[in-house]
Formats: sequence, structure tokens, C-alpha cells
Amino acid sequence: MIGIAQTLRLALQALIRNRSRSLLTMLGVVIGVAAVIVTVAIGTGAKTSVANQINSLGSNLIVVIPGSVQTSGARTGNGTASTLSVQDGLAIAKLQGVAAVSPAVNVRAQLVANGQNWQTQVTGVAPTYTTVRSWDTGSGRFFTQTETDEAAKVAVLGQTVVKQLFPDGSDPVGRSVVIRNVPFTVVGTMIAKGQSGGGQDQDDTVLIPYTSALDRLTGGTTIGQLMVSATDGDHIDSVQSQITGLLEQRHRIVAGQPDDFSVRNLQDIAQAASATASILGLLLAAVAAVSLVVGGIGIMNIMLVSVTERTREIGLRVALGARGAAILRQFLIEAVVLSTGGGALGVLIGVTGAAAVAMFAHWPASVSLSAILLALAFSAAVGVFFGYWPARKAAALDPIKALRFE
Amino acid sequence: MTPVVQVRDLRKIYPLDGGEDVVALRGVDLTIDPGEFVAVMGPSGSGKSTFMHIVGLLDRPTAGEYRFAGSEVSSLDADALADLRSRALGFVFQAYNLLPRTTAIENVELPMVYAGVPASTRRRAALEALDAVGLVKYAQHQPNQLSGGQQQRVAIARSIVNQPQLILADEPTGALDTASSEDVMALFRRLNEERGMTVMLVTHEPDVAAHARRLVTFRDGHIVSDEPVQERTNEKVIA
Repeated sequence: MIGIAQTLRLALQALIRNRSRSLLTMLGVVIGVAAVIVTVAIGTGAKTSVANQINSLGSNLIVVIPGSVQTSGARTGNGTASTLSVQDGLAIAKLQGVAAVSPAVNVRAQLVANGQNWQTQVTGVAPTYTTVRSWDTGSGRFFTQTETDEAAKVAVLGQTVVKQLFPDGSDPVGRSVVIRNVPFTVVGTMIAKGQSGGGQDQDDTVLIPYTSALDRLTGGTTIGQLMVSATDGDHIDSVQSQITGLLEQRHRIVAGQPDDFSVRNLQDIAQAASATASILGLLLAAVAAVSLVVGGIGIMNIMLVSVTERTREIGLRVALGARGAAILRQFLIEAVVLSTGGGALGVLIGVTGAAAVAMFAHWPASVSLSAILLALAFSAAVGVFFGYWPARKAAALDPIKALRFE
Repeated sequence: MTPVVQVRDLRKIYPLDGGEDVVALRGVDLTIDPGEFVAVMGPSGSGKSTFMHIVGLLDRPTAGEYRFAGSEVSSLDADALADLRSRALGFVFQAYNLLPRTTAIENVELPMVYAGVPASTRRRAALEALDAVGLVKYAQHQPNQLSGGQQQRVAIARSIVNQPQLILADEPTGALDTASSEDVMALFRRLNEERGMTVMLVTHEPDVAAHARRLVTFRDGHIVSDEPVQERTNEKVIA
């Protein structure tokens, strides 16, 4: 009898004898595995990027918006009532599991500065806004609590506004921006945040103290929304229900009546989005897996040709004392070596390709070890599956006929 | 002395679909003792090739007895026959049947691979076998770098490397020119005379058969003559 190591040697010798054909046979699996690796990497990247986008809205963000003005008749939708107050926000800030709260007062206004003008979203917020939204200043500074308490005329500009008002590239910090005829001093700019998950330009905004917004722009006391940041993701549900309870109590809402506010968290949205990304990744991987199977059929094809072509060699091996099992094993191992060799090469190309995608497309494509192992295992399985039939054909050859085969 | 080959009333019938069966062997009796050099002759279809395949354990008789080295082999299963072939038989073919793009020494090692001989022993034994056929310096050559006669001598080295009890040669000079044929036949003679190797050779050339010491002639599935080769003819061919 003949051992596995010895059979492997025989198989390798046979493959090396037909170097170029072996490489071409591998090609199908190489492409299949490379495709699997790259698409899985892109899929994973899509998931990461969706998660990043959601996180960019603010980590563990909960948004409280006012409810409808009318609760019957012609209902006007959430956000139309003016039921939320700064005091509500202060009360929420005392809840357990709440890291920071910032009110948001939204005003659309025309800005004039540096001889330019631009209409944008002016948002009155608290200094905690940077924490709540996980958004830092790029240059200058954010306004302080003191400035908020004093309703100071200070503003922090988003990058889009900077580009529109200061196209000459001059530093906006220290300059004056007129918002609805009120001059504000620019104390800082925010770093670029890009588009939101919904496709809005988050940089097209100006941030001012909410007190200034209320006193100088809207002249009221009601705020557009409260942004609450939970201390960590696991607490979001409990914080959300605490807020609901607290506000129902503060707004004296009797059980059974509809709330005059609405509490939403971004995790639900995030989960839905990442589920979509997962399905997309799965779809890509399935397409890639099909190409791997096609590669396997290629191996089977060539192995069948090879068995026919090497009929005499097989007859000789049998005459020299090879058992049927030894012939079967040799051809099976040849197929598996081709497929796993192709798989290894495919992993190499796939990892390189994923790195190239990450570099040139700025896409966070990441290759996981499990994807590599899975691809290798799958390609080995392809070899066994598609190599078995040709190998059995080889082992079943009649040595006398095989030796006479021309 | 136990005969290497002992067949009695050996018959082989190839059944044909829808037609008459082809009877290849119609009762053959033959005994080959150790150290013999037997040439088997006969026209095409005489059954000599079938006989060779059965003796070489590549085919089974339809009826009759076959004792190889004293034990009945017609009832052995395929794996047992394969093991016996690897240990006790050496084959030489008309077309050499060396593995292409494989060195001479690796070709010679092949039967030992299937016999389960450890790698360290294999190399030494293969070199000895190549030495016996005078090709030790061609050990690293590949078949396409060797002449036909040299290739056949590598094949002979391969056939003797496991020290088999019987060497079977099927038209070993069929593809060779006269000079190479003489070389190859002289080699068989030397292996037979100096090493006492038992050789059975199938040929249709009387000149080749003349190198043997015993000539068995087949016709229509029977042995029609079985006689010693005259020494005189032998001498003439050598000279």
C-alpha cells in the first residue's frame, strides 16, 4: 500500500509535468475565490460604512420631537406643536443613563458675510451638542456655557457654509456673520461631517447658542427638538422609556391619551440599515460563489480530459501494482491540489483587490480571517466534489485496454 | 523447486453482445521454473497476449488453474492481485511506457512507490537497477532525452527493481531498430544468466525469440509446440 504523503508527491509530480495546464485549470477557482473575497470585503465594508454613517449622527442618540398640534380633525403631524421646553431638556438631563442633552431650535435664515449671502439652517443648541452629535470643531472653538447663558451673539459654521460665505479661503474665525440682521461673531468652524444617512448635507448649517436663537431669532420659548445621548447603546431602550414617562408626567398626559411628543432612537434605523447591507453582502457572495462552482466544473472538465489523455499512464501504474484506491486517491488529490492551490492564489488576489478597493475607492473594505478560511475550505470541497467522478473513472480503467490505448 | 508459473487447462472466453463468444484460450497447460527464459510466439489472435495478461495478473481466466509461485491466484481480489504485481512481477512493454517529463531514476522508483518501499531505500535500489542496465549516468535524464533503446533499458531497470520472481516482456523490441533490439535482448540474456531472473517474453520475431532458451508457440488458443531453443541459433545471433 501507498501512503498519503507518497500519493501527494505523485499527484504533485503529475501536476508539475503539466505546469501550464495546471495553472489554467486553477484559474477558474482563482477567479471564483478572489471574487468571493473581494465581494465579501465590499459587503462588510458597506455594513461598516452604514454603521459609521449612523454613528456620525451621534452616538446612542435619542431624539425627542414635539407631537401634533391637532390630535383630531386635520392632524398636522409630528413636530408641528410647540410643546417641548428647555425645562424638559434639563429634567431629562437628570435621568439615569443620560450622558448629555441639547435642545435644538431650528430656523432657516439668510446669512450675509464677507460680501456673500447664503440661506441655511441655523440651529440653536447647547454646548453639549458636540458630545450629543459626536461632532468636533475644526478650527476655533465651540461656544461656552457662559456664552449660552448670556445669549451671546456667537456662531460656529459648518463647512458648507464656510465654503459659501468665504470662497476666497480666508479664515472665518473672528469675522462677523449677519443672521436675520443680527450680527454674530464666528468663534469656530465644525469639521466636515458629510451627508447624513438620508442624504442631507450635514455641513450646511450654522450653530448658535439656543438662548440666542430663542431671544434674537424666533422670539419664543419653544424648541424644535431635544437631542439626548445615552451613556451607552445598551441603555437606549430604558432611557427612551424613562424619557417617555418623565415627559408624560411633566406634560400631564393622562393614560390613554396620545402623547404630545415622540421619542425616537437611531438604533432602530441603524439596525434596519445594517440588515440591508448584510443582505447586499450575502447577495454579492452568492454571485461570487456561483463563479467558484463554475471554476469547479472547469476542474472536473480538465480532470476528465486528463484521465483520458493519461489512460496509458494509468494502465502502467496499475500494471506496476497500484491498487484502484491508489489511483483514485492520486487523481482526487490532483483535483484538490488544483482547487486549493487556486483557492490560495485567489485569496492572495482577493486580499490585494480588497486593499486596492479600500485605497482607491475609499471604501472600508475589510477581509476577515473567517472569509479566507471559508473560501479555502470551500475550494477544497470543490476539488473533492468535482474531482471524484474523474478519479473514479481513472480507477475503474481496465489496465489491458489502458495500456493499449493510443 | 516450486515453479514460478503453473497453469492447467487455462481457458479464456470473451463474451460478445449478440454475437458468438470469442474463445482466446482453449485449455493451456504450461509450467515455468525459476531461472527459465521463455519466448512465446504465435500469429495475431493465437492467444499469446491473452495468456501473457493472465500470467501477468492483469486479467483472469474464465476457467482453469493458475498457481503463481506455488499459490492459487485466480481467486484473489483486485487489491491482492495489485499487491502481488508490485512485489513479484516486472513488466516491460513495447512502447516503454515511461512517464514523460520524469527522470529515469524516478521512473525506475515508481514500482517501489506502489510496493511501499521507503524513500531512502528506493533511491539506492533504483541506482543499482540503472547500473544493471548500464544507464546509471542517465539517471537524471528524462525520456525525451534518451534514445528508444535507452528508454527500453530504463523500462527494464524499472521491471527488475523490486527483484520480481518473473519478468514479463510484451514485444520489447517491437519499436526498436536492429542494433537496439540486440542490446535489449542481450540485456535480458544477461539478467537471466547472471542474475538467474525468470523471463517470459512475447514476440513475433524469430530473431528475438532465438535469444531465449525455451520457445513456446501458440496457435488458435492452444500451445502447438514447446521446445528448447537450439544453442547453435543462439550462438549465431550473439556472433
